Amino acid sequence: MTADLIDFFTTNWLGQGIVIFAQCLAVTVPLLVAVAYMTYVDRKVWAAIQLRRGPNVVGPFGLLQPFADGLKLVLKETIIPSSANSVLFIIAPMITFMTALVAWAVVPFDDGWVIADINVGILYLFAISSLGVYGIIIAGWASNSKYAFLGALRSAAQMVSYEVSIGFVLITVLLCVGSLNLSDVVEAQRGWFWRWYFLPLLPMFVIFFVSALAETNRTPFDLPMSEAELVAGFHTEYSAMTFGLFFLGEYANMILLSALGAVLFLGGWLSPIPYAPFTLIPGVVWFALKIAFLLFVFSWTKGTLPRYRYDQLMRLGWKVFLPVSLGWVVLTAAVLQFGGWLPKS
Amino acid sequence: MLLQALAFYVFAAVVVASGAMVVVSRNPVYSVLFLILAFFNAAALFVLIGAEFIAMILVIVYVGAVAVLFLFVVMMLDINLVELREGFLKYMPVGAMIGAVLLAEVLLGLGVLGAGSTTMTALNSQGPQVPAIENTRAIGQVLYTQYFYLFQVAGLVLLVAMIGAIVLTLRTRPGVRRQKVSEQLYRPKEEVMTVVKVPTRGGVQ
Repeated sequence: MTADLIDFFTTNWLGQGIVIFAQCLAVTVPLLVAVAYMTYVDRKVWAAIQLRRGPNVVGPFGLLQPFADGLKLVLKETIIPSSANSVLFIIAPMITFMTALVAWAVVPFDDGWVIADINVGILYLFAISSLGVYGIIIAGWASNSKYAFLGALRSAAQMVSYEVSIGFVLITVLLCVGSLNLSDVVEAQRGWFWRWYFLPLLPMFVIFFVSALAETNRTPFDLPMSEAELVAGFHTEYSAMTFGLFFLGEYANMILLSALGAVLFLGGWLSPIPYAPFTLIPGVVWFALKIAFLLFVFSWTKGTLPRYRYDQLMRLGWKVFLPVSLGWVVLTAAVLQFGGWLPKS
Repeated sequence: MLLQALAFYVFAAVVVASGAMVVVSRNPVYSVLFLILAFFNAAALFVLIGAEFIAMILVIVYVGAVAVLFLFVVMMLDINLVELREGFLKYMPVGAMIGAVLLAEVLLGLGVLGAGSTTMTALNSQGPQVPAIENTRAIGQVLYTQYFYLFQVAGLVLLVAMIGAIVLTLRTRPGVRRQKVSEQLYRPKEEVMTVVKVPTRGGVQ
């Protein structure tokens, strides 16, 4: 009986389909809960920075606040402007939300805990994260509104610019690992926490984090949705759940880039001290802790820094990060080659 | 095997259909979006034959960067479709001829009209195969050794194109006040700042 069941789930295509579907649910549901609570934690952190209390009315310590917000967004009316392109107007938030979710297919949560353990995992993540811009640019165009369009243009220029430096950061890590597989990236960092790549590649870690802020349109790079000048940027015309999908997509993207940062620079699921009491804690807990740390830095940045001016933003991307990261790629390659540290292939 | 064949026909059909929609769409923004769809499905076809590296590069370079810029430009242009359609009949014979030549080349390559390319027939007879080494590694092994000079020359061609574009657009207009960050950073503190101790009820003198 059990043998039959195992056979059904490993060889039969229907069984395999059920397994894959279950795996997707097992990733997506915790992710959505994490997104909901990320909005809560974000507001609590800003509140702490500004000496306020933050959400504290709905439920104990305000813990039910994200669900109240979600319920409000679901119950409100979705308004489609009469001069908007209604098909693209509806598709745009779906694209944003979907690209934020499908990227999780290759993220390793623990040793072997990954839906698709593909050879080109990093390239897949990079490709998917470069698609996020479409949701925004289509939203801006389909809304048929000046504010939305200006926000979309800003966002497109910004995301394309900062992707270049993220690409170079990825190349540096790949040089040290010698594989495009994300599980291999984590395995290459095994050992004490100073062997994780954040220390040997510290400048690249900084560039990665700042570029991640720019990729997700977070402060100090939130020009696409700057309230003061563009009302709300590309989602000015969106209401109810169409806005909700943008909002969820933004937070899911933040969590995704934090996960990528944790995998590339903070040793993924590995424990900081490779000995008994610490290695007994499941890897997924360490991974979650590292993501939580990076997310906290995201909120901290938002609570602390003012917004960049647009030309300064472009200057930082093209004239500072691009040359520095390109130079660091060459330097890393040279050190690995002449120091004899090239990964064995 | 059946699933793979089914996937192939679905993706191939979408590529062809969206390719046709790129040409016939009335709205240029739709054309670009259909082009993106075509790129995507082409990438899926690459994955099906086991060329995952090429597939990812296709998505990163064409969908992630090139098509964004296309969309950027097309959205900002005020394109008059009636004017665009005017020359349609005039240019159609030329376009049809180029299309026919390309189709003939593909058919010749596949060996439909007798002797075809030997690699194509060999590939066809074997079907998709699992390669011994992952194809990222395989490309890396020949790209920087056997094809090193060709690769470098291709890079240089792109560099020339880039410099050309910069030269064409770079111009210094008189009377524009620019921020020079280096100058700002090198200003000594004494020149731009004075620290004043303000007495209570006295104000700054």
